[in-house]
Amino acid sequence: MTNESKTPLIRLAKRDAMDPKKVWAIRIGSIVVALILGMIPILMAGKNPFQSYGIMISGALSKPGYIRQTVKKAIPLLGCALAIAPCFKMKFWNIGAEGQITMGAIFASFISINLASHIQSRFIVLVLMMLAGALGGALWAFIPGFFKAKYNTNETLFTLMMNYIAIGIVRWLQGGPWEGRPGTQIIPMFPDNARLPNVFGVYCGWIIVLVLVVLVHIYMNYTKHGYEVAVIGDSLNTARYAGMNVGWVMMRTMLLSGAISGVVGWMLVSGANGTLNSDVAGGVGFTSITVAWLSQLNSFAMIIIASILAIIDKGSATLQTKLSVPASVAEIVSGILLFCMLGCEFFINYKLIFRGKKDKEVQA
Amino acid sequence: MQKVQSKCAIELKGITKTFGKVVANDDINLSINRGEILCLLGENGSGKTTLMNMLSGIYQPDGGEIFKDGEPVAIRSPRDAFDLGIGMIHQHYHLVDVFTAAQNIILGLDDGKMDLGAVNEKVKEICDRYGFDIDPKKKVYDMSVSQKQTVEIVKVLYRGAEILILDEPTAVLTPQETDKLFAVLRNMKADNKAIVLITHKLAEVLDVSDKVAILRKGKYIGTVDTKTATAQSLTDMMVGRSVKLNIDRPLYSNPKDKLVIENLTVVDGEGIKKLDSVTFTAKSGEILGVAGIAGSGQKELLESISGLYPIMEGSILFNGDDGSQIELVGKTPMQIRNIGVGMGFVPEDRLGMGLVGSMGMTNNMMLRSWRHGNGMFFNKKAPQALAEKVWDELEVVTPSTEFPVRRMSGGNIQKVLVGREIASKPPVLLTAYAVRGLDINTSYAIYNLLTEQKMSGAAVLYIGEELDVLLELCDRILVLCGGKVSGIVDARNTTKEEIGFMMTTVGGKGGKE
Repeated sequence: MTNESKTPLIRLAKRDAMDPKKVWAIRIGSIVVALILGMIPILMAGKNPFQSYGIMISGALSKPGYIRQTVKKAIPLLGCALAIAPCFKMKFWNIGAEGQITMGAIFASFISINLASHIQSRFIVLVLMMLAGALGGALWAFIPGFFKAKYNTNETLFTLMMNYIAIGIVRWLQGGPWEGRPGTQIIPMFPDNARLPNVFGVYCGWIIVLVLVVLVHIYMNYTKHGYEVAVIGDSLNTARYAGMNVGWVMMRTMLLSGAISGVVGWMLVSGANGTLNSDVAGGVGFTSITVAWLSQLNSFAMIIIASILAIIDKGSATLQTKLSVPASVAEIVSGILLFCMLGCEFFINYKLIFRGKKDKEVQA
Repeated sequence: MQKVQSKCAIELKGITKTFGKVVANDDINLSINRGEILCLLGENGSGKTTLMNMLSGIYQPDGGEIFKDGEPVAIRSPRDAFDLGIGMIHQHYHLVDVFTAAQNIILGLDDGKMDLGAVNEKVKEICDRYGFDIDPKKKVYDMSVSQKQTVEIVKVLYRGAEILILDEPTAVLTPQETDKLFAVLRNMKADNKAIVLITHKLAEVLDVSDKVAILRKGKYIGTVDTKTATAQSLTDMMVGRSVKLNIDRPLYSNPKDKLVIENLTVVDGEGIKKLDSVTFTAKSGEILGVAGIAGSGQKELLESISGLYPIMEGSILFNGDDGSQIELVGKTPMQIRNIGVGMGFVPEDRLGMGLVGSMGMTNNMMLRSWRHGNGMFFNKKAPQALAEKVWDELEVVTPSTEFPVRRMSGGNIQKVLVGREIASKPPVLLTAYAVRGLDINTSYAIYNLLTEQKMSGAAVLYIGEELDVLLELCDRILVLCGGKVSGIVDARNTTKEEIGFMMTTVGGKGGKE
């Protein structure tokens, strides 16, 4: 059988649409694989992997206090994933949510620092901060949107670079105009009337993002705007032919996306942190890309994915403190989990065929 | 063992290939002989290209065996195919524009040295032997489509191919260039090469081939001698039942000028004139054919009329039924469509313009009506009703109106598009390459739909590539050459040769792509 031995050991073949049950089996399987692979760095750090995983889970969910902290981590992830979903649907690769969050946070902080003391009503201050945050994020997103629409610039690089500018501005504010005690490089905590109230022990941002889930879902699936976004994402020429003003839709969608990111920024300063610092976005803008992608831009699926990522995040933080595992090991474990979760999409779209097993499909 | 050149170069036994649930090739048996031109004939999606891609190492068969000169072989990559002397000329050329013909020919060969002088010699020798006409030092960007194709063929021969597979080589050629290609193929046949030709055009099959192998829906139907075959018999085998192969061309009683185009000139981003003082009139109750070599300005003409291409000069007047005249230049695509200029078929890539691949029929119908509906929400009822009507009346094969059109077959996609466009009964219907990639059966269904539109009083513009069809379907034919109108002829009183000549020559000047 010289013929047989010459065929490649492993071949790839594109799959047809897969049974949804199988899809979820693969996704869950990928998490199992990730947990097994994750044991390697834990073992190398000299710890018991089963105990470590137990601590990760219990550290995220076992006590109300832990759950609150996990929810706190999930809120910005979910909000930001909702923000970038319309852009990604349009195939506009907005990876600048980080900067848009930061800009929203700056604008919201401006209200808190300059106006909060003059206004009595907490409600008015918070609404003003939210609007300012939305404005800041929208403005920051509009710039790359405008240049993409008018001059077809590369939105990926553009939005990425805008992130660093926004973060740089916060650094300057921290050390300059908004610095609290000279030399501290810290902006003082906001007054109470600029802080979001807690509901069930977590700042009420979670209610806001859940409302946003529904609004974004309706926007994407039932409105003319959402339809335009979907058509443009599939085919620019078709959109033009259908009479859509592609440039304007791009700018409008970026304005909306940035506004939602800006609102997330406002919730972070006003709710989670109570003040502004240069680490306000803290990678949320990037991690939320994973959330949006894994949930295939479905707003409701984002709730689940954002929760899973928050559990991993909180769990590995607990792992660090409880077992005194180095921070880097915890990060490696969560990295492996993310890698496997994203990687398994490959096996959902393709199948592997091994040499000699011509008739058998090999599952991932 | 001494290698004896048997007559049978390649034999395929029980070749099977599946993509997901789709069986592209099902237990195919086929012999490819030396000194013969074999045509591989089949409707769209019958698995011709898939089968040949397995011979050229792009795909691996899931079952069955390939024999070369009686020995079983495995072709894992295009390189393996080259080693076995199999060369494929694809529909889309793989050439580096800034390289010369000779540089392209040796691209990817690693025999250690690069002696361009020797290469030029050898290229010249191949050209002389088979009757190619090519300058090895010419840069690819200076070449016409047919010259690029020649480079591809010489490239394959240079690597010592003795089995040549050509995938729809005549799609982009004029009749004269096609004749030249066929002459070369006959020379290669005389030189004992084995040649496989994939084509849709029956006239060419009957003209050039020795044998015809027919595939239908991934299955091998049989091989016949061309001498004993007719266009009708081949079609019947391809489709599996008898198909009527002529186009009715009724005369419309009362044609009126519908679209009057004068001195239309457009330039592309680099300032090159794509249309040069184009002047013509499209009449109601008439199919006006547009012929020309690929890239002679057909696409630009269509896009200019529909408002998608910036117009430098000229006017496009639309005559309304009430005697009003509307200037279309300067209007947006939306306005032009509302006036009643429908764009039927999509040029080049059907999904790239006019349809949204990831959406179902309903959402695609909505492309016409998405602005209706209250406030910010769209109204899905009307498009849903239209989708169901088109599904029913045009016999679109799809599991539901939500099934992504991308996953339908080419013919069904076309039906979705034409169904939407004629639903609003546009007075002007623009169509481009309406039947490109469609099987014969569906093509005739489309021709009939167009004729129906014409008889209901629409002015139909038909941009086509098959001259035989243009001659049979259209009332008048406008010939474009390098963006200029080379002439307008009466389709009932002209010949293929006349049009072919006009495609390459405007007022005695040689035209180029």
